[in-house]
Amino acid sequence: MALLTFKGGIHPNDGKSLAKDKAIKAILPTGNLVYPLSQHIGAPATPAVAVGDKVLVGQKIAEAGGFVSAPIYASVSGTVKAIEPHFNPTGSKVNCIVIENDGEYKEVEYAPVKPFAELTKEEILGLIGDAGVVGMGGAGFPTKVKLSPKEPDKIDYIIANCAECEPYITADYRRMLENPEELVSGMKVVLSLFDNAKGIFGVEDNKPDAIEKLRELTKDEPRMEVMALKTKYPQGAERQLIYATTGRAINSTMLPADAGCVVDNVETLIAIHNAVIGGRPLTSRIVTVSGDGVNEPGNFKVLLGMNQKEVVEAAGGLKGEPEKVISGGPMMGFAMFTLDTPITKTSSSILCLTKDEVAEHEPSACINCGRCVDACPSRIIPSRLADYAERFNEEAFVKWEGMECVECGSCSFVCPAKRHLKQSIGSMKKIVLANRRKK
Amino acid sequence: MSENYNISSSPHIRSKVTTSNIMLMVIIALLPATAFGVYNFKLSALLVVVITTASAVLTEYIYQKLMHKKVTISDYSAALTGLLLALNLPANAPWWMCILGSVFAILVVKQVFGGLGQNFMNPALGARCFLLISFTGRMTTFVYDGVSGATPLALLKAGESVDVLDMFVGNIAGTIGETSVIAILIGAIFLVVMGVISIRIPVTYILSFTIFVIVFGGHGLDVNYVAAHLCGGGLMLGAWFMATDYVTSPITKSGQIVYGICLGALTGLFRIFGGSAEGVSYAIIFSNLLVPLIEKVTLPKPFGKGGEK
Repeated sequence: MALLTFKGGIHPNDGKSLAKDKAIKAILPTGNLVYPLSQHIGAPATPAVAVGDKVLVGQKIAEAGGFVSAPIYASVSGTVKAIEPHFNPTGSKVNCIVIENDGEYKEVEYAPVKPFAELTKEEILGLIGDAGVVGMGGAGFPTKVKLSPKEPDKIDYIIANCAECEPYITADYRRMLENPEELVSGMKVVLSLFDNAKGIFGVEDNKPDAIEKLRELTKDEPRMEVMALKTKYPQGAERQLIYATTGRAINSTMLPADAGCVVDNVETLIAIHNAVIGGRPLTSRIVTVSGDGVNEPGNFKVLLGMNQKEVVEAAGGLKGEPEKVISGGPMMGFAMFTLDTPITKTSSSILCLTKDEVAEHEPSACINCGRCVDACPSRIIPSRLADYAERFNEEAFVKWEGMECVECGSCSFVCPAKRHLKQSIGSMKKIVLANRRKK
Repeated sequence: MSENYNISSSPHIRSKVTTSNIMLMVIIALLPATAFGVYNFKLSALLVVVITTASAVLTEYIYQKLMHKKVTISDYSAALTGLLLALNLPANAPWWMCILGSVFAILVVKQVFGGLGQNFMNPALGARCFLLISFTGRMTTFVYDGVSGATPLALLKAGESVDVLDMFVGNIAGTIGETSVIAILIGAIFLVVMGVISIRIPVTYILSFTIFVIVFGGHGLDVNYVAAHLCGGGLMLGAWFMATDYVTSPITKSGQIVYGICLGALTGLFRIFGGSAEGVSYAIIFSNLLVPLIEKVTLPKPFGKGGEK
């Protein structure tokens, strides 16, 4: 059988061999911890502590700031030093709670865990929301909101995004090898919310051992299936993943739920397991530290709020002076001008590269070669859209379907003229959306 | 306060393919045809190739210097234009005609419209047609083996018989680069294998031309006649190396098919019903003009909106 996939996409050098065989290592912070109040999509959380307060591990330090929002928990015990703006990994300055670590890791007394079988759907959703779980693949959409579609009975598929198509990152892969039971348990929890849904684990076929492990674990689960996907970027993009696993295609005006699908990534499902079965809030995540600019690439269990510099130190420190440091993967991650930023709920990776391939070339004239068209998973024409974007031609941009761009960056990757196609299109999308809001 | 690492919008990695190595690959792919042309037409062909290519590069350099623009001759596109033009000239073309052609290609067809990527017409073919109209006699006099004679295509049009095998190998009169089908195909296969061109345009072009010739050629399914049309003139060089020019062909996949069909039909029309035996150059530059229109009507439907998934 042909492997499941989508049309378009690219095959960048995946760099995964640097960290894929490194077992997850738990590391502890020494410096202050910084918790951005906004590390999810939606309203920023509102502080529930004041400067000078003593806090314990697992204590709620910020409440959800609205329906689409998520609370934040302390990952260490210590004292609240400040509530002040700090740079987050995406380069904006946001209000953060700063906690001085006392190094004792004294935990709060967690509420007793109710057996799963006795929980109602509302209770399960409540636990997930209250634990501060958000989409940990990068988007940071509050999971409770995602799991509360208007018509839960019309959800046919819960898709675990185990593709991990971004080069270098191996955090989800290690999770699948080391904690597959928790992943499957997280899936079980989500399936309990949707009576008609089937659970799908979509894994790229460059992770055969993970596929085998998940198949073994789910062989007696009639509602779950493990699907091997073709290894191709962006296989883990939501729309492409849904298409590959279910054959359903959604566009920019639809949510996955409109096609009867809910997609959660590996780390998120494990956080759901921890929240519902373990009764623990979200205070840590797996982070891959990789790239040719670090001495000992690896996968680390990192407490949220830990300084990224300390995380890199745990990976043997920097090898020389990197040109570029990225939070997330090289295709969609954010370049950081400093490592002095905290690990957040959506930090899947810290990537240190000694060579900045973007800076090597000046963009030149488009030669109309069509490589971007071949690579585009959204089946649009990136080169033309970038032209329209650069001329602020909103009408043509929308007419030529610029809003369908998923900003995967495949076009910029393949462009022989080294044009910043995705950047132009992405900026124009923001302008169009802003103009629509004004109307 | 901080380390000041580079920042830029994602993606942070780029493929190795660049404009200059694409152009260089096309130049390499043209070398078999060039070498055969020099073997076939001796020193005079070599001179035409050198003069035309050098003057194309020089024109671009001087223009960009005078206009205070960034000099882009290192992207090899001017060299490629010069070489393509040379392969479209007779070996006995005088030196001034070579230079005039190159200047026209680079200056009028390419730079005046904004340089690389902005020209609406293939520069080499634009220049060839300019020369063809201006100096019809010199452009259509072909010397082969020391005697000037008609091309097989002209003989075919006059109703005489031609040797298809000679045409396939290239032992015939014609422009420098168009005579040997074998040499052209070697280069074409290289380009397809290296992923520089797709077969969509050349194959639809050649197929639709074949059908046109069978239907309207007046010889029906005469294999010899059809094969002579396919091997004769600039069809192979045009289909594989000039119709596939990125800048002047549609970017949409279905548009490329439509474009190929237009080329095939127009070439057939010009060759069979036109006054001249040849029609490839005019078919291509005419179809170049249709490209924006073709793209407009062949816009793909995006993913999730009923389009190809």
